[in-house]
Amino acid sequence: MKLKQLSVFLENKPGRLRELCALLAENNINIVTLSLADTEQFGILRLIVKEHDKAKALLEENGFVAKLTEVLAVEVPDQPGGLSKILEIEEESGVSVEYMYAFTIKSGENAVLLFRFDDMDKAVAALQKANLSILSSADLHQRAEG
Amino acid sequence: MHAQWNDRESLIHPASAPDYLREEQLRALQLQRLRAITRHAYDHQRLFRERMDERGVAPEDIQTLEDVRKLPFTQKTDLRDTYPYGLFAVPMNEVVRLHASSGTTGKPIVVAYTDEDIEVWKEVMVRTFACAGLHSGDIIQNAYGYGLFTGGLGAHYGAEALGATVIPISGGNSERQIMVMRDFGSTAICSTPSYFLHLIEYAESMGIDFNDLPLRVGVFGAEPWSDEMREYIEGKTGIKAIDIYGLSEIIGPGVASACEAQEGLHIFEDHFLFEIVHPVTDEPMPDGEEGELIITTLSKKAMPVMRYRTHDITSIIPEKCACGRTIRRIQRIARRSDDMFIIRGVNVFPSQVEAALLKVEETLPHYQIVLTRSGGMDQMEVQVEVTAETFTDTVRGVEAVHKQLSDAIAHILGIRVKLTLVEPNTIERSMGKAKRVIDNRKS
Repeated sequence: MKLKQLSVFLENKPGRLRELCALLAENNINIVTLSLADTEQFGILRLIVKEHDKAKALLEENGFVAKLTEVLAVEVPDQPGGLSKILEIEEESGVSVEYMYAFTIKSGENAVLLFRFDDMDKAVAALQKANLSILSSADLHQRAEG
Repeated sequence: MHAQWNDRESLIHPASAPDYLREEQLRALQLQRLRAITRHAYDHQRLFRERMDERGVAPEDIQTLEDVRKLPFTQKTDLRDTYPYGLFAVPMNEVVRLHASSGTTGKPIVVAYTDEDIEVWKEVMVRTFACAGLHSGDIIQNAYGYGLFTGGLGAHYGAEALGATVIPISGGNSERQIMVMRDFGSTAICSTPSYFLHLIEYAESMGIDFNDLPLRVGVFGAEPWSDEMREYIEGKTGIKAIDIYGLSEIIGPGVASACEAQEGLHIFEDHFLFEIVHPVTDEPMPDGEEGELIITTLSKKAMPVMRYRTHDITSIIPEKCACGRTIRRIQRIARRSDDMFIIRGVNVFPSQVEAALLKVEETLPHYQIVLTRSGGMDQMEVQVEVTAETFTDTVRGVEAVHKQLSDAIAHILGIRVKLTLVEPNTIERSMGKAKRVIDNRKS
């Protein structure tokens, strides 16, 4: 159910993000989606890639601090109220969002929302109870590749 | 000419008389005091006596001033190891005051004064203020911290003994400092140079120009500062910025002071015997050549300190000063012989930063300390590499690690410094001993 997300610590200095992206590109690793959290001092880049273990090893070899964390991918219709509904469900079960980001699927009508909740298991249970579609890794990459 | 000379003479505070002693009188006085203090320390300080006995040196062996070289050195660690009262050389009922240094590596250093020591301290502070061109009638705003730190009370007693009016405002509360300075008509201020820089900015934000105030002298010490900074302060405010030197271990402020000629600092030689030695070989350095400053207290009874290794690098200026004082001068202290540096008046050793980092992380992270100088003041930044263990994937998590490290350093140093988390392998690895301090200060 849960997906592996790759998180990378980035110093807030020019060129750093580009270097990381170039490294992935050279090694033919495609980024399905990403989000960048930034503060005055540093950034945290969160990436969804198919070959996360390979990408992690590659980044570490090149001096990045990378970590695999679990996130949930939920597929919703790309229309008003999609996100709101999920948040409502989780709020009712007492689960909070630590961070989230979203992307829309190629030639599709659905959006994929990626979540990190403070209680991942409880979050899964609540979503399943509400019959929402939680994507597996295979599902996600299949959809991403269209 | 004659009348002028008389005028100047009449302005000299009686306490400043030793500043104008003839050389042979001064040396004779130093020798007499050196012999007496060596005897006193030998009889009443166990550590000193043991070291003298080990070397086979007796107090009677001090026949000339050069014989001071026969005496053992005192290290800062000696003061720490004998914490709190181990170096006191008089019974407690003769100790009228204790001060303590801002405990840099765990334990602080405690220093003691007899009634007589306080009188000596007052005298050297009067001479310091006189060097700065201050006298009875001046209103001295004392913004050194009052308390265990020697700065506040040292300057306070000296200013009173000078016959000036003291405003014991202590440090902090910038708005009140400026208000008092303006409303009370302070003609002089005592503070650290960095705090005065802060006051300059603060006054600007209040729309007050120092040039419009009666303030004419700043007596600045307790941390190293540069000539550029002095010029900046003087240009910006129209005051005369006087550099003073002192150490808690020796007496506090009042060990040496710049005069109005502002070329080096006059040593109050009749109370403090200065030697300049090679920092490695300990060989005496000729006048004019740089070396480590060694100080012997010639008058202090409660806690004599014999041949104290200051680790401050300077040189003796043998030439006569334009101000007319006959006591010799040292160059402004620009650097040290060990890895210690001073940030905002606080002594910092890289080992303390290391200890703080180890309190937070199980293994020592790669780190470095970057020193820079901005506006004439030394600034310190600690850069710490993020590791797989400390990296969490939330901003909150990384910020928590940042705060933990920053708090641990602030706790040990007593001051908050800039801390930056950096990516792995961004701090240069060196073969052998790691280079922990990157010194980008231009001296």
